[in-house]
Amino acid sequence: MPVDAGLASLSDQLFTWAIVVYSVALVSYCAEYAFGRRGRVAVTSAGAPRSAPATESASILPASEVAPAAVSVATGEPPAPDGPSGRAERSGQVAVALTAVGLALQLGSLVTRGLATGRVPWGNMYEFASVVGATAVAAFLAVLVRMPRIRYLGMFVMLPVVALLFLAGTVLYAQAAPLVPALRSYWIVIHVTTIAMGTGIFLVSFVATVLYLIRRKWEVAVEGGRRPSRFPVTLGSRLPGAVVLDRMAYRTVAFGFPVYTFGIIAGAIWAEAAWGRYWGWDPKETWAFITWVVYAAYLHARATAGWRGTAAATVNLGAFATMIFNFFVVNMVVSGLHSYAGLT
Amino acid sequence: MSANPDAPARGDVEPAELSTQPEPVGTGGGSGLLAVARNGWRRLTSMRTALVLLFLLALAAIPGSLLPQRPLNPIKVDRYLAEHPGLGRFLGRLGFFDVFATPWFAAIYLLLFISVVGCVVPRLRAHVRALRTPPAVVPRRLDRLPESASYQGDGTPAEVGAAARRRLRGWRTATSEEPDGVVTVAAERGYLRETGNLLFHGALVALLVGIGAGRLWGYQGTELLVEGGPGVCNAVPLYDSFRPGRLVDGSNLEPFCVDRLDSFTATYDPDGTPSTFQADIAYTLGDDGPEQRYALRVNEPLRVGGVRVYLVSHGFAPRFAVRTPDGKRVEASAPFLPQDGTLLSEGAVKLLDEVRPQLALYGFFAPFAVDPGNGTIRSASPQPAAPGVAIVVYRGDLGLDSGTAQSVYSIDQRQVQRGALTAVATTKLAPGGSTRLDDGTTITFDGYREWATLQVNRDPGQLTALVSAGLVVLGLLLSLAVRRRRIFLRISPATDGPGGRSVVAVGGLARTDGGGFASEFARVVERLRDQPSARED
Repeated sequence: MPVDAGLASLSDQLFTWAIVVYSVALVSYCAEYAFGRRGRVAVTSAGAPRSAPATESASILPASEVAPAAVSVATGEPPAPDGPSGRAERSGQVAVALTAVGLALQLGSLVTRGLATGRVPWGNMYEFASVVGATAVAAFLAVLVRMPRIRYLGMFVMLPVVALLFLAGTVLYAQAAPLVPALRSYWIVIHVTTIAMGTGIFLVSFVATVLYLIRRKWEVAVEGGRRPSRFPVTLGSRLPGAVVLDRMAYRTVAFGFPVYTFGIIAGAIWAEAAWGRYWGWDPKETWAFITWVVYAAYLHARATAGWRGTAAATVNLGAFATMIFNFFVVNMVVSGLHSYAGLT
Repeated sequence: MSANPDAPARGDVEPAELSTQPEPVGTGGGSGLLAVARNGWRRLTSMRTALVLLFLLALAAIPGSLLPQRPLNPIKVDRYLAEHPGLGRFLGRLGFFDVFATPWFAAIYLLLFISVVGCVVPRLRAHVRALRTPPAVVPRRLDRLPESASYQGDGTPAEVGAAARRRLRGWRTATSEEPDGVVTVAAERGYLRETGNLLFHGALVALLVGIGAGRLWGYQGTELLVEGGPGVCNAVPLYDSFRPGRLVDGSNLEPFCVDRLDSFTATYDPDGTPSTFQADIAYTLGDDGPEQRYALRVNEPLRVGGVRVYLVSHGFAPRFAVRTPDGKRVEASAPFLPQDGTLLSEGAVKLLDEVRPQLALYGFFAPFAVDPGNGTIRSASPQPAAPGVAIVVYRGDLGLDSGTAQSVYSIDQRQVQRGALTAVATTKLAPGGSTRLDDGTTITFDGYREWATLQVNRDPGQLTALVSAGLVVLGLLLSLAVRRRRIFLRISPATDGPGGRSVVAVGGLARTDGGGFASEFARVVERLRDQPSARED
């Protein structure tokens, strides 16, 4: 089927706009994070030197403003918009709205590319990276529905997503083109979708794990009576508790792991039809196996005395690193049967 | 049995065994060797060991992806060995060019699987026991549990308890009565989590068995067939290459023949990307079955009689007609080997007995020939829209009588150096075009036939592997999605107010990680609380 050039260029434009909108969303998340109150709330909840928001605002603001703020603290509701934190609240809402708009644009880009080429829009590295980014954003939005309070963590999700999509749009970019015969199978829908979904979900878990490690360092320092001053650790003051982050990292892997497992098995079934064997230790297969084994180790480590906490988190980071290696190095440097990068 | 290794009564023990026996330690009763074995077993089946083995497995797989592997690409291995002779030989001796068949890789996964079995079997026993025994005893203080609530029950403790059990559908429950008139109900659900966990690990073991069966009894035969040329039967000496499993001796392969490649067809998108490849073949099953036909395509292998036939690759075989000065006409053709995506192909057509002296046409075939202007030939596309050849004609002794093997795709350059073989013409031809040698022989390019490489595979463990893989996913889903949780009720007679009422304390806890138990608990309590009014209705 011939490629529709008009739709293909529309797809490229939508992709560019998605990155632009995501970037603005990223800035808005940063604004909320920087000016928000959660940081201070987090400090008090962790037992650090108290500086209750209510008292603080009382000293600055007129009496009429004090009452609602005090009530809101007492009921545990987020404080009513007042001064800087109101702005933070608004920029957080704007950020979520922009994230949703960006996701819509990106989905539009994927759909138009699919229509332009008359096939599923994940046939090369550029398209695959786009699907992974969209999945990560969707996974974050889904988590947000369940846990609205982690909204300000959006910047930590959007940062790697924007970076990934930027790479996709520049280094990995491939013109809209039809697929070679081996890829013309309905298995591309099943195998590549599940692998991309698994990858996107693992990306969210990776972010949660990095934040967990930062927060944990911070908590340890604060419990020891020290005030962390070095850069990544200082971020800890505004993060959710280590327990929450650890649980988030685990739950995302617990969700992503069966998806990824199914993706590998679907790939094996497809390989049996296309290449004559279901498993042949092709470099891509080998690294998928390595990733699978390390995520399995993470799930086990988290349930093993002496491995819980930092050690298990490190395993999670290692597992994600093997997946990144598989995507970039194996696709671009090592040659194998999975040479569909679309790079020349 | 005596634990003393020096006891004369054990003189029949081999000295070597004695020497490794440890000093008996004060561990009540068991023999020293047994204690060591038990200790080792415990260590092997511990989660820590399993973790270490998992890391080792991942680590050991890495060289298999970064170094060239013989089963995947023997040419690359040889090139690597030529480029790094010292290191290459060392790595080769350790099996680094066939990592996944080495004893050390096997040792890691076998130890891991032994560890898994050693871990799963006791857990299976415990799980069966748990399924047979009623849920745990109700604790005294339910308000200390992560979730708790209380409400007024309408009826005696026994009635409220019985009603609660009816309401706790889907939960395993047990009621017991305490001396002071208190009735307790213990409820538990989520047993499927452990079932899934055990299923996952068991299915992994079954998957390994399936893979192993394929490696032992499977095989792979490859054959290049030219359109209209001879076929191939499923027997070792007939294949171009044959890769047997470890226990395949080559006799008694499934009786199956590909009789012919009737035609090979490739279709292309307007931009030149191939869109479909199709090989129409005729085959027979069994020793004298009827001839059947099949359109073999990429992603659509022929599955028949325990074997699978795949279309692996395709190419062109240029055809030539040679007319000698004495009027003899000889037709000759040979498959040429594709060099790149444009299917520019290299090869040699050798005439050994048909003409004297021997002739060889060595060179390139281009399906879509273009002239780069420097005497060579290029192909613009794999579509055979403008086929052409660029050949060198050699005359003399091809050197095949000496008995040394040579590539069918090239000529032996040593014969050229030796002067036994000389280049007598260099030419580029379009279909129908011909060239005339100095002795009056004419060589005509008659077009081409297409060829296809077919692979005949058998893997008797494949179905086992597929079913096991499905169970692996099912087990994973159960063990990661289901939560084991407990709810306890302590129903005491109300001390004030009218008789026949009870105070119900409810407590609950989720035994495994996962969210949402608090809301589930609230829902259950709501349902339990509703029951008296439901009875009144």
